Amino acid sequence: MTRAMLAEAWRAMGANRLRTFLTMLGMMIGVAAVIMMLAVGRGAQSTVEDSIATMGSNLFIVLSGSSTASGVRIGTGNAPTLTLNDADAIGELNSVGGVAPVSPGSAQIVYGSNNWGTFVTGTTPSYVDVANWTIDSGEMFSDADVRASARVAVLGATVAKNLFEEEEAVGKVIRVRGSPFTVVGTMARKGQSLDGRDQDDTVFIPVTTAQRKVFGSQFPGTVRFIQVKAKTAEAMPAAEREMAQLLRQRHRLSDRADDDFDIRNMTAVANAAAATAKVMSLMLGAIASISLLVGGIGIMNIMLVSVTERTREIGIRIAIGARERDILTQFLLEAIIISLFGSLIGVVLGVGAAAIANAAASITVIVTMGSILLAFSVAAAIGVFFGFYPASKAAHLKPIDALRYQ
Amino acid sequence: MQPSVADATPVVIHTEHLSKQYETEAGPVPALKDVNVDIRKGEFVSIMGPSGSGKSTFMNILGCLDLPSGGRYVLDGSDVSTLNRNQLAQLRNNVIGFVFQGFNLLQRASIADNVALPLVYAGVPRAERERRARDMLARVGLGAHMHHAPNQISGGQQQRVAIARALVNNPRLVLADEPTGNLDTATSQEIMKLLVELNERDGITIVLVTHEADIAAYARRLVQFVDGHVTHDGDVTHLHHARAGVTS
Ligand SMILES: Nc1ncnc2c1ncn2[C@@H]1O[C@H](COP(=O)(O)OP(=O)(O)OP(=O)(O)O)[C@@H](O)[C@H]1O
Ligand SMILES: [Mg+2]
Repeated sequence: MTRAMLAEAWRAMGANRLRTFLTMLGMMIGVAAVIMMLAVGRGAQSTVEDSIATMGSNLFIVLSGSSTASGVRIGTGNAPTLTLNDADAIGELNSVGGVAPVSPGSAQIVYGSNNWGTFVTGTTPSYVDVANWTIDSGEMFSDADVRASARVAVLGATVAKNLFEEEEAVGKVIRVRGSPFTVVGTMARKGQSLDGRDQDDTVFIPVTTAQRKVFGSQFPGTVRFIQVKAKTAEAMPAAEREMAQLLRQRHRLSDRADDDFDIRNMTAVANAAAATAKVMSLMLGAIASISLLVGGIGIMNIMLVSVTERTREIGIRIAIGARERDILTQFLLEAIIISLFGSLIGVVLGVGAAAIANAAASITVIVTMGSILLAFSVAAAIGVFFGFYPASKAAHLKPIDALRYQ
Repeated sequence: MQPSVADATPVVIHTEHLSKQYETEAGPVPALKDVNVDIRKGEFVSIMGPSGSGKSTFMNILGCLDLPSGGRYVLDGSDVSTLNRNQLAQLRNNVIGFVFQGFNLLQRASIADNVALPLVYAGVPRAERERRARDMLARVGLGAHMHHAPNQISGGQQQRVAIARALVNNPRLVLADEPTGNLDTATSQEIMKLLVELNERDGITIVLVTHEADIAAYARRLVQFVDGHVTHDGDVTHLHHARAGVTS
């Protein structure tokens, strides 16, 4: 019985290959789209999570200048209001676990015949701990180097690779804006930042060297921002309050004056980014579901046409003793086979497309078993559901009406 | 009134004040009015009448393809108005074999599969289905054409296939609505001989609609319809007379 019906369904599908293929196409595209979009969403989410993981925990960034927008103001980070002494004072606070002042800039770096334009981070040795870096080889420059404004550098992984390729960098001399620096260490790779920047494309030098010898600040002793790490997650509110208080005091701000600095809670920023990625991931999933639904409606359409086209055939079958159940089974079987095959091919397409996207583009896409199962089962269910209506319509035809149909 | 069948023989078809009207946009169209016919097991009945007199309407009701508007139709002892859709399907499957003027074969299926189809719905296992379809095709003289598609054989052969399909599940009753209507005279004679043999050898009850007197003459009883009424129900001898009159 079932064998005969399967053979029957196969014959019916084979009799109109184009129609069968078009129906399957709807299903294939739907399933592939769901898998792809879920993979893109998942990839984005994991990229964000990775960069949060590398960012360091309980982190604040204190920026020079004010952030509140009232009156005429210099943009955040532009007015050099923070000093190295401010950084030292923040480091003394009980709630604070580590502090690293940063004077950033950019520079062309040369080693032998290699030449690389990169980002220069002038900072102190505590930066490694505060910003969650790991030394790969050699060591971080020392506090003594900072005091002496020594010409020493630690290379980010991208810079090391571009200047030295496979060669050992530690001990070599590079030129930063023309002046020679000795490489004392290289950093382990960290990956992308939350805003998609390559965090490893940088060179670390003592903050004093950056100020006095590389960039030559107009305001000696000032820094662009200070990275601060609270002792614990629980200490973060206290740290924020105490820092604000301390800086207002140190900058002698009157009660009515606005802050001339801006404290940013990076953990909150990270959480927001993670939430955004999650929403995006959900939205992609929703869009994909719509394409699946459209695939399902395609199946219903084709099944309706197929039923109408075959009304006489249904009449003949009923005339020789087919029950409603037999007709229903026959058409449902077709719908099931079409959506099953369509979904299967869709899974292959989706996984393949994800692999190609991973290899070819710079975005990360991650296909999970869950998304495959989800797409497949939803598609199969939709196909069967939408196959049911035309099938039951066919099964309920009056034999003589079906036979008379031209 | 039934010369060759004793009154003790069971009644296969019994209609009582049977009526049918079609509901159309232009209003109801009466097609059958107060039709009372009894047909006993083993009879061979011809139905004749002018076009539009209700012959096909009557046959469709007998074949459980359509339901009457009024009156009673008792098939093989059960009143069809009391049966549900599945029971009707079962009657169509194993009590009735219907032969159409237009053959009504499934074009996509092979001849053997067409013949075996009623057995699929009867739940007969595959091997037995194939054997019975083969035997039945051999019986109607088409053993060699089993694997052909319907459109690869002649009209007469297609009608034989349809007859084989009607017979494969051992029905008690074969209903044929103008089975020779699309066939030439010689082929028609062959089909009729096949039906006569089924009737005489296997005792299958046969009801046949035709416009041709010489086809009707193969039967032993004639029912005549005019305008939805039965106007004659008796033996076929006058047809032979009529034919003799025409041909001489
Ligand atoms: N589906 C239908 N809808 C409306 N009227 C119909 C329908 N089928 C048949 N009729 C009408 O019912 C009457 C009987 O038709 P029927 O087909 O039974 O005649 P018939 O004796 O088989 O004719 P023919 O010899 O031409 O086949 C006719 O008046 C016909 O127009
Ligand atoms: Mg007719």
